[in-house]
Amino acid sequence: MNIKERLLNGDKRACARLITMLENDDEKAISIIKELYKYTGNAYVIGITGAPGSGKSTLTDKLAKEFRKKGKKIGILAVDPTSPFTGGAILGDRIRMNDLTLDKGIFIRSMGTRGSLGGISKATWGAVKILDIFGMDYIFIETVGVGQSEVDIVKLADTVLMVMVPNLGDDIQAIKAGIMEIADVFAVNKADLDGADKTKLEIEMNLDLNQQMDYRPPVVKVSASRNENIGELVEKLIEHRKYLEETGKLQERRKENAKLEIIKLAEEELLNLIINKSLEDNLLDNLAEGILSKEVDPYTAKDRIINLINQRRG
Amino acid sequence: MDRPIRVLVAKPGLDGHDRGAKVIARALRDAGMEVIYTGLRQTPEQIVQTAIQEDVDVIGLSILSGAHNHLFPKVVKLLKEEGIDDVLVIGGGVIPDEDIPKLKEAGIEAIFTPGTSTKDVIEYIKDNIKR
Repeated sequence: MNIKERLLNGDKRACARLITMLENDDEKAISIIKELYKYTGNAYVIGITGAPGSGKSTLTDKLAKEFRKKGKKIGILAVDPTSPFTGGAILGDRIRMNDLTLDKGIFIRSMGTRGSLGGISKATWGAVKILDIFGMDYIFIETVGVGQSEVDIVKLADTVLMVMVPNLGDDIQAIKAGIMEIADVFAVNKADLDGADKTKLEIEMNLDLNQQMDYRPPVVKVSASRNENIGELVEKLIEHRKYLEETGKLQERRKENAKLEIIKLAEEELLNLIINKSLEDNLLDNLAEGILSKEVDPYTAKDRIINLINQRRG
Repeated sequence: MDRPIRVLVAKPGLDGHDRGAKVIARALRDAGMEVIYTGLRQTPEQIVQTAIQEDVDVIGLSILSGAHNHLFPKVVKLLKEEGIDDVLVIGGGVIPDEDIPKLKEAGIEAIFTPGTSTKDVIEYIKDNIKR
């Protein structure tokens, strides 16, 4: 059997190898996804994001167990940061998910960000498709620990779960733009700690300021490590899915995300083109020298590179 | 090679000493590798399943409890049963010299004992991965 047939037959090694190929920009992986793309669309994608140490991995572990009770097959993509200096990474999310390793209905893959800054890696988009073809009902994407503006997950997930913890700042944090705006469901994790009610209240008050919401993100207090209130959180996630499906918003969201993905892919290819052009004949180096000696300014330097690409096309 | 080498660093069995495993994990990270770290008390079955899902080039086993003669060969045996022959398996920890030949025979391709420099481990991995 070739790797395509093995993937369709639920062979974990084939699934794992394809994700590796994709991460390494192997064209063969892309052509296999192209061929099998018709088999995608069955999986529902839940993005799990939040600050470092907020308990995303532990919560992912508990959510996976809860969904398994419902007989669902679960794919998990756990992203951790790649070193900008060495390209190495410590991928440690599995530490919290060891119980899931031997479950035949679960597939977990750790991924390094490999230079991407939006909280997930470039290959995460393709890995979701592979897990979808592989037959997963739900795909959880655990982002890197995020700060305030890593919002790429919203471009890939159907539902975004934001994991908050008590005592990470005052109520101004809750009204800031960026990451707080992308949540469909909030979990206030470590709810056994003092301050959980206050954090929940601050999030709720911020949500109250939104005008005319036909869907209001619920805020659920949980304790992942104590396995408390996970059932309610799962209900809220499923309610959000139902809301999207019943209002037709799931299709809208997926269409919007498809647009963003096309642009992203085109952007990546153009960027490579620009980089390759700039490196020809030491062009980039020469232009940089020119900028330092004031022979040229950065804007004109940019025009020269763009002109070269246009010439080639024309 | 332009792709990062993927290494699973795992602690089989019941000992709770993971300082060495963490030092190795950190050194491999600094050598540009992607290190999947799974923490303490892994069974051989968990280690092999993780290696499959993570599609690693290398499994690095660390053990300080004395159970290496049982647990290291078990991992290799399970890999064989899964039909996996392109993963390099190495081990480290407090392992008596007289046990090393038998472990190598069982398919653990290198054993690194206390005092090994991390540089040697990195070089060994780079020279010996199978794909």
